[in-house]
Amino acid sequence: MNLQNLLISTYEKVSFSLRDLYSHYGYTQYKMSKFEEYDLYARNKDFLISDKVITFTDLSGKLMALKPDVTLSIVKNSIDEPDTLQKLYYAENVYRATKGAHAYKEIMQVGLECMGKVDDYCLCEVLTLAAKSLLAISDNVVMNISHLGFLSDLIDGIGISGQDKTRAIQFIGQKNYHELSGLCRELLIDEDKISKFLQILTTTGSPETVLPVISCLAADITDVAPVERLLHVVQAIGDAEAKGILHFDFSVVDDLHYYNGLVFKGFVQGLPQSILSGGQYDKLMRKMNRRSCAVGFAVYMDMLERLDADKETFDVDVVLIYEDGAEPAALRSCVDSLIAQGNRVMAQQKIPQNIRYRQLMKYACGEVSILE
Amino acid sequence: MNNMLNVALPKGRLGEKVYAMFEKAGFPCPSILENSRKLIFENQETCVRYFWVKPSDVAIYVERGAADVGVAGKDILLEYEPDVYELLDLDIGKCRMAVAAMANFRDDPQRTLRVATKFSNIAAKYYLGKGRDIDIIHLNGSIEIAPILGLSDVIVDIVETGTTLKENNLAVKETIVPISARLIANKSSYNFNSDKIDMLVREITAQMEASK
Repeated sequence: MNLQNLLISTYEKVSFSLRDLYSHYGYTQYKMSKFEEYDLYARNKDFLISDKVITFTDLSGKLMALKPDVTLSIVKNSIDEPDTLQKLYYAENVYRATKGAHAYKEIMQVGLECMGKVDDYCLCEVLTLAAKSLLAISDNVVMNISHLGFLSDLIDGIGISGQDKTRAIQFIGQKNYHELSGLCRELLIDEDKISKFLQILTTTGSPETVLPVISCLAADITDVAPVERLLHVVQAIGDAEAKGILHFDFSVVDDLHYYNGLVFKGFVQGLPQSILSGGQYDKLMRKMNRRSCAVGFAVYMDMLERLDADKETFDVDVVLIYEDGAEPAALRSCVDSLIAQGNRVMAQQKIPQNIRYRQLMKYACGEVSILE
Repeated sequence: MNNMLNVALPKGRLGEKVYAMFEKAGFPCPSILENSRKLIFENQETCVRYFWVKPSDVAIYVERGAADVGVAGKDILLEYEPDVYELLDLDIGKCRMAVAAMANFRDDPQRTLRVATKFSNIAAKYYLGKGRDIDIIHLNGSIEIAPILGLSDVIVDIVETGTTLKENNLAVKETIVPISARLIANKSSYNFNSDKIDMLVREITAQMEASK
C-alpha cells in the first residue's frame, strides 16, 4: 500500500519536506506560544497583513492577542547579536482576518528567519531555500524578486517624495504604468528621466539578463551598487533548478517602513495568490531597537489545500457489504485479505451515504463478488 | 496543463465593446456573438475562454484566480482594492466619481456631513484626506433620493452625463476621481501567462493609439 499517496495530503508532505530542508541547512526550530501581548502588534500594525487581531484579557488583566504574525514575536524574543547569525525556522499557526469574509482564520505558516550579520552568502542561502521551498510544492513555480532599497532610491532619484512616493510604490505594485506616468508628469519630472524610469520598471526577466540592463539605465539616476550586489548574490546560487525559477520584477513591493533590500514572492501555477513571501527587514529591526540585520520568508500553508482540490479521491477503496448474521471470523478474514492487497476496506451491512468508494463488493456465504 | 486564457467580461454594453477589442487583439471567440443564455464561451483554437459576470464582480473573479484577466471600472478597483495588476486604462466607460447634493446645498463645516453612497471606502478615504468629519450611510441603489428625502446631505456616486442628477434637482459639487475601464490581471496567473497577457496589452494599446 502506498501510504504516502493515499493518506498524506500535499500540505503534510510539504510541511515535512520544508522542515527537513531547513534543518539540513542548520536552521533550528523555534517554538512559541500562541499568545503575545497585544501591544507588540499595536505598535507595528503596518507590518501585519491585516490589522485585525483577536484579543482577550488574560487573568492578570493584560491585553493579549492570538498571534497574527510570527516574525514580530521572533524578533521580540531574540537576543540582539549583530556580529553573529541566528538561523531559525518555524511551523506555527497564526490567526488573521480573511479579506472580504469578515471572519478570522487559523493559518499554518512555515518559514525561516536569519538575524544578526546578514552577508551575501546568507542572502544567497535564503533565496536558494525559498526557491527550493517552492519547488517542494510544485514544478510549475515562479519566484519574483526585487530590491526595495534600490527602488526607493530610484523613486527619490527622479524626484518623487512623501505621499507621492507611497502612490508611486502602489502603482508599481499594480504594474499600473498609465497612472505612474501620469503622476510623473503631474510632478513635472524631466521627460528623459520619466522614460528611463518607466523602462526600468517594465524590464522583467531572469535576474542575470535583466539586472545589468537596469544597472545601465539607472546609472545616472541613482547608485546602482545594490543591483550589482543582488546580481552577485543570484550568480552565487549553485542549484540550477532553484536559479531557473527566479524572475526579476519590480512589482514585488512591500512596506518601505519595514523592508529595505531584497524582497521576493513565490507563485505556484493554479494558486491565485503568492504562497511565499519574504525579504530583508532591517528597518523593522531598527524600529524594535535591534542592531542586527534580518532576512526571512514565510510559506502560507493554508493555500496548499487548493492543490489537492482537483485530485480524484476516494474515502475508501472497497465497501464490502455483508448480510446480517454473517460469520464474524470468516468476514474478518475476508476483510484482512482485501487489506493485504493494498485496499482500504469498509465493511458495512448497507451502502453508507456520502462515502466515495472505488469498488463495491458483496460478501455472502464465504464468497466475495464485485457489485460495481 | 490548462493553458486557456480565462477572461471575465462585464455584462452589458461595456463588455461587448471590450470583447470587440479582445477579438481584434487576436483572441476571437465567435460563439459569444450568438444570441444565447450561455455565460461561458470557449475557443479551443485561440485558447481563450470568456465569461460574462456582473461588472462589480469582475475584480473578485480575477483576484481569486477564476479569471486570468478581466475588465473592471476604476470605481470598483478603488472601492474593493483587489490585489491585482492594473495593466491598462482602456479609455472607455468614462465617467467620474463625484460628490453631489441638492443644487442649493451649502456645506456647514460645524456639522458632521451625512454622506449616502454605494462606495463607502472611496467616500471615507476622500473625506479623511480632507480632514472632514462624516457619517457614511451605505445604500445599494437609488442613491439620488437620499438628499431629497433628507436622509443625507450629499451623495458620493458615479456621474456620467449628469442628467439623472439634474432631473432630481441635484448638482455635482466636487469631482473625486475620473473613472474608466481598466484591464486587470491576476498576479499569479500573469506569471504563467505573461506572453499572452503582454501580447493582449500590446495589441490593445496599438488599437487605442490607432484610434486617437
